[in-house]
Amino acid sequence: MNVRGETRLWIAQRASAAVLALCVLVHLATIIYAVRGGLTGAEILARTRGNAAWFAFYAIFVLAVTVHAPIGLRAVLGEWLGWRGRSRDIALVVFAMLLAWLGMRAVLGVFR
Amino acid sequence: MSALRVRVWRGGADGAFREYEVPRRSSQTVLDVVTYVQRQLDATLAYRYSCRVGMCGSCAMTVNGAPRWTCRTHVDKVARGDRLEIAPLRNLPLIRDLVTDMREFFDKWARAKGQFRGERSRRDAVARVSPDSAQRRLADVNIECIGCAVCYSACDVVAWNPQYLGPAALNRAWTLANDERDTAQAERLRAVAGDAGCHACHTHMSCTERCPKGLSPTAGISGLKRAVAVAALKGEL
Repeated sequence: MNVRGETRLWIAQRASAAVLALCVLVHLATIIYAVRGGLTGAEILARTRGNAAWFAFYAIFVLAVTVHAPIGLRAVLGEWLGWRGRSRDIALVVFAMLLAWLGMRAVLGVFR
Repeated sequence: MSALRVRVWRGGADGAFREYEVPRRSSQTVLDVVTYVQRQLDATLAYRYSCRVGMCGSCAMTVNGAPRWTCRTHVDKVARGDRLEIAPLRNLPLIRDLVTDMREFFDKWARAKGQFRGERSRRDAVARVSPDSAQRRLADVNIECIGCAVCYSACDVVAWNPQYLGPAALNRAWTLANDERDTAQAERLRAVAGDAGCHACHTHMSCTERCPKGLSPTAGISGLKRAVAVAALKGEL
């Protein structure tokens, strides 16, 4: 990958980290607030089902993870296993798609 | 005075430590110890030094596991009891004993476009740079690098990614990135971006922790990351 591509990846990882920082805070605050009266599956679904705002929030969360995690893993694979080049990037695109699919499946599961 | 028990690396990469007994003296530096071994005990010991006053950057070695400039490192500060272990710098090919091959280290300075490129000739007037300007102040912060390779030896990213330019070369690039007379800015930013450049830095700060001059290559590398990102967003990379 050329330096322009590498730089874009770096910017994408920093930007997604900023989004994740906010998402994790909101997510944790919601957990702390939600468990005060006990926690049940029904209670969670009552909050999220059909709620477009929660759907948008968790969709953004999943998108940020999909961008952030593979770029971080890319550095780990390069430095620890010496795996660089096109094959690594293809494997990471597959990994990103897997994250997006699993994440969105979960988000849709509590929305529908 | 008591004696120091000094383990010194001998041979090439497949060599081993050999122990010597060196008289302990007041205000003794690690370089004094190595010199004593070579002059009094074993003339075949290879090591490198020049100025002995912390200016030339030639005498760096690994002392009790950490890279240091040996001419300004007092034995009292680093000895563990009466023991001292002296090895060559890490992350550089070993020639023999305590002497490493510095070529790759300095080649990376060149690869990072560490050369000043101006537009004036000797017939032009000297450029006037205000010492108070923001850029000049940024350049000032890390300009005193002596090229000792202590930071390069301390850096884990260099160990993991041999192509990585390393803290010293990137620090040099950052100093020049803040030189308002320099005309190779875009070219330099391209040279220091990417997997072998500033974006590989994990901000472990080992370079900053170990720099004998108290510089912070980490801060310079962060500056390069920002500068490269801005250039990329402007489509100038």
